[in-house]
Amino acid sequence: MKPGPALAAIFHPPPTPGVLGVFGHLDATVEAIRELKRGHATFTVYSPLPRHELEEALDQPVSPVRMFTLVGGIAGCAIGAWLTLYMSYDWPVQVGGKTIGSIPPYVVIMFEMTVLFGALLSLFGVAFNVLLAARHQGTIAYDPRFTNDRFGIFVPAAAAEAGTVEALLKRCGAEEVRRG
Amino acid sequence: MTDTTTARPPERATGAMSYDYVTRTVAGTLGNPGRGYYTLLGTAVTLLGIGILCLLFLLRYGLGLAGYSMPTYWAVYITCFVFWVGIAHSGTLISAILFLFRSGWRTAVYRVAEVMTVFAVMTAGLFPLIHIGRQWFFYWLVPYPNERGLWPNFKSPLVWDEFAVGTYFTVSTVFLIMGLIPDIAAVRDVATGWRRKLYAVTALGWRGTNEQWRHYRPAYLYLAALATPLVLSVHSVVSWDFAMAQVPAWHETIFAPYFVAGAIYSGCAMVITLLVPLRKFFQLERIVTIRHFENLAKLCLLTGMIVCYAYCVEYFVAWYGGATPEREAFVYRAVGRFWWAGWTMNVCNAFLPWLLWFKKVRTNISALFVISIFVNVGMWMERFVIIAIHLAGEPFEPFVRAGYNATWADWGIMAGSFGWFFMWFLLFVKNFPAVSVAEVKEELAAPRRGAARHA
Repeated sequence: MKPGPALAAIFHPPPTPGVLGVFGHLDATVEAIRELKRGHATFTVYSPLPRHELEEALDQPVSPVRMFTLVGGIAGCAIGAWLTLYMSYDWPVQVGGKTIGSIPPYVVIMFEMTVLFGALLSLFGVAFNVLLAARHQGTIAYDPRFTNDRFGIFVPAAAAEAGTVEALLKRCGAEEVRRG
Repeated sequence: MTDTTTARPPERATGAMSYDYVTRTVAGTLGNPGRGYYTLLGTAVTLLGIGILCLLFLLRYGLGLAGYSMPTYWAVYITCFVFWVGIAHSGTLISAILFLFRSGWRTAVYRVAEVMTVFAVMTAGLFPLIHIGRQWFFYWLVPYPNERGLWPNFKSPLVWDEFAVGTYFTVSTVFLIMGLIPDIAAVRDVATGWRRKLYAVTALGWRGTNEQWRHYRPAYLYLAALATPLVLSVHSVVSWDFAMAQVPAWHETIFAPYFVAGAIYSGCAMVITLLVPLRKFFQLERIVTIRHFENLAKLCLLTGMIVCYAYCVEYFVAWYGGATPEREAFVYRAVGRFWWAGWTMNVCNAFLPWLLWFKKVRTNISALFVISIFVNVGMWMERFVIIAIHLAGEPFEPFVRAGYNATWADWGIMAGSFGWFFMWFLLFVKNFPAVSVAEVKEELAAPRRGAARHA
């Protein structure tokens, strides 16, 4: 069951050195994010729940997932139209005195396919974008309390500058700071 | 919607719960739930066994075993199909529509409702397959290229239904799984032993990083936005299975909104039926409070009033419209051979919900539980009346007032469907978080420095 070294490199990238701060308070986390935004380009924030305060402090670009949903929806509608119209004309049978390609009853199928493909592509969009982000992050330190009642910030830092980051996180009110 | 209590500050609404309390309580539902739970599970599995046995006989000897007789060829199986699809609807209402309305109270109950949705659609989907006769050719429903060069008739409401229910099952499953991921991660981080391994796999690597939340949040919103028109479309399409046909008492334009309201009504009642024992088994009294039951009861009241109105309109239009077949069909419903079914439906669905106008009733859990059972029975009976009774009583046929009697094969498979549904539901709530962890926390005050609010 041992994956080859190439696979291991994809699924288990080597650990990124850095500093992990554990926060018990939301406002302390927000303060630390604001401080870090001034100096460090990249860091990761853990939170057990989505909070608008964190989103505002992080000020990230809008997620591209919406494009996945849109494309999925339009594609689904087109597939629904193609399915019904092509199949009707491929074996033309008059039903109920309606034309072969009768749009009103096909709107139902087109609508259902819009929703189906929109939803499936949204799911794919999340998976794709989250995995892409995880590839960029590499293997970083984590604490199981981050899904319970603690917020966390991981700052990638070489040993030389780790001390500065530690001091910054502590100043902002981190309960616990460790190198990971 | 009917909820007027969302204006309350979340702190007051949920008491002084901490994030840790929520995680521990929800993780606690995964422990040993005691004897009551296993009794229910055993009953469900027994019912399922009876259903499977009946189904095996049906597969061997054919649909003649069911009570089908000219002209009643849609009966208990189609009734069960519509009943279970209807049950599913309130789950999506609570999880998607109330999400778009930013109704805070939904967070504590939406997971139960959503699980109910997925398993109810799963149950419903079995019935058309049982009903089609040669069940092993079920794949003929699917448009696939075949040597006969045939395609499904997309002008038929039955094909719309297949697409609607198929989409509904897929999308509600996706929605359920999306909501589950952060919660499975939360219980993963407090679990031990084999459960930890199970949750580590099923949490799909969720850690609550900012990148994960950034993509997750809008996707959840879009899924809710897609599920909202979907849920309204599904029961409309189901109603068109009937309304598109030229049967008196079926061929009505009111059917789509009438069915959607009825579906949400029966679904809310089923959520109450399920939540009452669940709350007791898993000690969720602090998370699922009287306020949640009251809000569910208000939803029941709203949709129950719409159903009551629809019943009145049906009778009124049957009389006022002047179409003799329609009028005769409704006379048959009221005083015909199956008068008891028509009146069970009227009493349970149209009269009983009036009790919910009283706050005393809405805040009394035992009363709500009893009413919810009656509504479940009444809503099953409503579909039975519309489908089987109106076919049996179809006027202007040579075999007017034909007899119809359901058989053991009908009742056995119906009982089996309840066993099937409750088995999956009970297994799910015991093994996965039955209450959302992350979303319940969203309703709590966040811990801040110097604030004593966070106990």
